[in-house]
Amino acid sequence: MITREPDWGEGRGLFGGILHAFGAVGRGGVLVFQSIALFPLMLVRGRSRRELFAQMYQAGIRSLPVITVVAFFTGMILALQVGLELRRFNQEIYIGSAVMVALLREMGPFMTGIVLTACVGSSMAAQLGTMTVNEEIAALEMMTISPVRFLMAPRMGAMILMTPLISFYTCIVGILGGGVVGLTQLNVPWGQYITTAMNFGDLRDLYVGLFKALVFGIIITGVSCYQGFTTTHGAVGVGRSTRQSVITSLLLILMTGYIITRMFYDL
Amino acid sequence: MIRFDHVTKRFGSRNVLDDLSFEIQKGEVFAIVGPSGTGKSVTLKHMVRLLTPNEGSVWLDETEISAATGKTLDIVRSRFGYLFQSAALLGWMTVEENIALPLREKTKLKEDEIAERVQSALEMVGLANEGEKYPNEISGGMQKRAGLARSIVCKPEIVLYDEPTSGLDPITSRTIDRLILSLNRRLGITSVVVTHDLYGALLSADRIALLHQGRFVEVNTPEQFIRSEQPNVRGFLDAQFVPRDWDFESQRRGNQESE
Repeated sequence: MITREPDWGEGRGLFGGILHAFGAVGRGGVLVFQSIALFPLMLVRGRSRRELFAQMYQAGIRSLPVITVVAFFTGMILALQVGLELRRFNQEIYIGSAVMVALLREMGPFMTGIVLTACVGSSMAAQLGTMTVNEEIAALEMMTISPVRFLMAPRMGAMILMTPLISFYTCIVGILGGGVVGLTQLNVPWGQYITTAMNFGDLRDLYVGLFKALVFGIIITGVSCYQGFTTTHGAVGVGRSTRQSVITSLLLILMTGYIITRMFYDL
Repeated sequence: MIRFDHVTKRFGSRNVLDDLSFEIQKGEVFAIVGPSGTGKSVTLKHMVRLLTPNEGSVWLDETEISAATGKTLDIVRSRFGYLFQSAALLGWMTVEENIALPLREKTKLKEDEIAERVQSALEMVGLANEGEKYPNEISGGMQKRAGLARSIVCKPEIVLYDEPTSGLDPITSRTIDRLILSLNRRLGITSVVVTHDLYGALLSADRIALLHQGRFVEVNTPEQFIRSEQPNVRGFLDAQFVPRDWDFESQRRGNQESE
């Protein structure tokens, strides 16, 4: 039984709240593992593969316009802020390296996580939440079709495949944005900008950044699907689940981002 | 066939079902009636473990549904069809795709066999020409019938109907009632109908149960149900202007003639 019985006061009080939170983490964790375990099936089964591609299009291609704007301006802001400081020491030629490192290590995956939380995670929570309150999830369960396999696994697979790619794309567009600021406002030639960026860019930064993005993708899907599946109390509940999925995803992305950075970079 | 054994279900401090015990026989149409909020749908959901009791147990033959999980639960549920109150069709699929869904996902039937079964189910519910439409392109009554077609396409032994006529006009409601009866008589499907619509229950059910404060206060044949002196039953009948001498024969005849 994936859907939840109506909430009649569960999680009241501090102790109840802590118990409820642990329960949610446990149930959400099980859903995440189940949906990841079903990933190979997505690739083998024709109908599931088609659904996987449809979700990849939804999560990836349809997010590209927003991602492009966000990444471009993030790169521009980074270049401008760092460039203004470096100019005081006549070192503005190094903005390429600063932008590259910041984007690869942190800003690329982080901005990807934020945009996908807003664009894709909220949509997942709202769609699955509406299906839950309309009894469509219960109808699937009655047909003995697992909602995790039918609905969550393709979304999880799509996010696992697309988030690192989008993060990489964010870094490239961000670096281009930084280059435009360097060229037009800091008088850093394009060639020099790219050369310093490539000299300071480390493959490990790229791998860690892509790994972060992958984890963020799993977090966004896990949180959003869990919130969707456990929606109760009609339209109000759908709104609450959507808001909760965005807040929880963003907080987990921030915390996990720090933990992964700490794991891979020594002080 | 389906047995409730001292089932109690609590939401918060309120007992929605209170030590409820009853049994539904194979092949009968069993209607559960009662005012809103008395736990009719809750009772229905316990039959397929969409809800679980706080106390007591629910049985399908020798299997305890209320304790079934995994494969056992799947086997139990595959014996049921369930018409949800909202029809619960998937909005991004056509009516045909909705009906074909359980066949595509759970059987190894070939596409032409699936198409044949879908068409047959659509014809049975009178939607033979509506298969290519999306749920939001058809009326509420049609959605209910499409939901019914989906719930019977896998040939279940038991179909559970959750408010099959709510929100429908009287003519469409009677069409649905006839459909329930016809499925029961033609295919031998055991039917459990949860409804506000007393006329529908009187016309199609073999037995009617009135749920009040978590218990059945009356379980009887329609003929005896309307003659009951139980105060809750009388109140429910009077509220829907059903007299003690309601003429079953002419009502049933009229219902068949309008078919």
